[in-house]
Amino acid sequence: MKSRTIKVDYLARVEGEGGLLIKMKGQDVSEVKVNIFEPPRFFEAFLRGRRFTETPDITARICGICPVAYQMSSCHAMEDALGVKIPAPIRALRRLLYCGEWIESHVLHVYLLHAPDFLGYEDAIRMAKDHPTEVQRGLRLKKAGNTIVNLLGGREIHPINVRVGGFYKIPPKSEFLALAEELKWARDAALETVRWVATIPIPDFERDYEFVSLRHPEEYPFNEGRIVSSKGLDIPTREYEQHFAEEHVAHSNALHSVMKERGAYFVGPLARYSLNFDRLTPAAQEAARAAGLGTVCRNPFQGIIVRSVETLYACEEALRLIEQFETPDKPYVEAEPRVSTGYGCTEAPRGSLYHRYRLDERGLIVDAKIVPPTSQNLKTIEADLLQLVPANMEMQKDRLQWRCEAAVRNYDPCISCATHFLKVSIERE
Amino acid sequence: MTASHSPTLVIGVGNEYRGDDGAGIAVARLLRNQLPSHVRILEQSGEGTSLLDSWRAAASVVLVDAVQSGAAPGTIHRFDASQAPVPAGLFPCSTHAFGVAEAIEMARALHELPSRMVVYGIEGADFADGNGLSPAVQRAVAQVAAQVGRELRNSSDIERRQEAK
Repeated sequence: MKSRTIKVDYLARVEGEGGLLIKMKGQDVSEVKVNIFEPPRFFEAFLRGRRFTETPDITARICGICPVAYQMSSCHAMEDALGVKIPAPIRALRRLLYCGEWIESHVLHVYLLHAPDFLGYEDAIRMAKDHPTEVQRGLRLKKAGNTIVNLLGGREIHPINVRVGGFYKIPPKSEFLALAEELKWARDAALETVRWVATIPIPDFERDYEFVSLRHPEEYPFNEGRIVSSKGLDIPTREYEQHFAEEHVAHSNALHSVMKERGAYFVGPLARYSLNFDRLTPAAQEAARAAGLGTVCRNPFQGIIVRSVETLYACEEALRLIEQFETPDKPYVEAEPRVSTGYGCTEAPRGSLYHRYRLDERGLIVDAKIVPPTSQNLKTIEADLLQLVPANMEMQKDRLQWRCEAAVRNYDPCISCATHFLKVSIERE
Repeated sequence: MTASHSPTLVIGVGNEYRGDDGAGIAVARLLRNQLPSHVRILEQSGEGTSLLDSWRAAASVVLVDAVQSGAAPGTIHRFDASQAPVPAGLFPCSTHAFGVAEAIEMARALHELPSRMVVYGIEGADFADGNGLSPAVQRAVAQVAAQVGRELRNSSDIERRQEAK
């Protein structure tokens, strides 16, 4: 029987270092492994003994692309532990900061990391020679997100203005209002982005995923809500570990998450969208429909469209928040240490990010747990490949390898986060 | 980072919390207050789109970053990126899918590359979590700072002489 191996030593266009190995015997796939070899970063261990106030700044260092997500989940967990209630104006500013991070992260992925897969370019640089207008639009759109993070986070990379209870400093109202004009351009550019990605040829592929994301009674989820799934899960964040577990697997430095009852599940834009379509703005819903999406999207390759729809949503939401800006009475709420355990889950651009901390009477961390979205998706990524490869056996090896790499990039995996880095390899014996 | 309208930029790239990856940042800090007033000094993480934005209005850029090419730690590499691409895979310590080399090539593809783009690479030894540079890298940082200082002072002298003519 003919055997083949597809092996990608270093996966390009992903954050961090990892590889992919696929072994095939005839028409069957005998093995799929997403290998992660950025050394584990042991963040959970070195948080022990640190003060509760330090977590937003320490955990933000786990990722250069989604530091806001780490800051938000850690703050919410600490506030849950210490019984801190966040006033509405601070809550609104946290949503605004998250809009900035979603725009930055999604636009980078849509334009520079994923579009080249579908348009047949090795990378965004080669794509830019043929599609300069689109790439320029993407770069400016991403910058609109950077500007929000800059203003509210104190700086673009590793924002430093977030603290447990709120912010260190709230910039004056005039500085928020000054963002509005560029954000109006960004909203139009985001709509153009949805229209553009809708014209890109995207492979047909669907699986019956169990989608997991936050759901809030009124809002498209960023910081708050219950953890829900497309197969009936509906729990508060504090029950997360009763339903989800992490497993060590030999080929990876990242842990693989499973839902205890049913195994692999899916977090990220497709899950959020499919569980919260009714919470999108009318314009985002209309753009999604015009792009050919239903209210549920089960084709992970269409993640590029869903990310574009979420970018449009984030631009609109940012504009709304700026128009309704209210200066908080105080930039933060004071928190008093006590023996406690707190839980936080927020929607990072790549999906739900769970934090849990146990504190002693001085507010020092006794125990920490961080579950990033990429490790929650690893099992699902491998399962996608198990179905994708046999369905595309007739493809030339290099085309099949390309398709497999694109399938991994569907998840915008952030390997830096998950190990707390990707290579593809397909073997046909 | 807002776009600079200054014609000359020095950009130190890296992460000071990842050992020798902080070499570029260290050079930028050594050069503070040492350069002609029209030269702006920036510190950047190496995220490509921010880099593109930072040098958009600049005519001349000197960028310093740590590299890992297999040469001896502290080895200083110098590339004229306005003439040819910097060798691929030189910046393996970047955890960014779109980093320094990609930003330079993207700028070239979009015809936005500053007319002068010099890249200094300082060969690192240790990129593990933690502060501080290896001794060889520390020495190279001082040497690169001195060399960039001379290069920029000389070029501004030349510009002044040309203006005076």
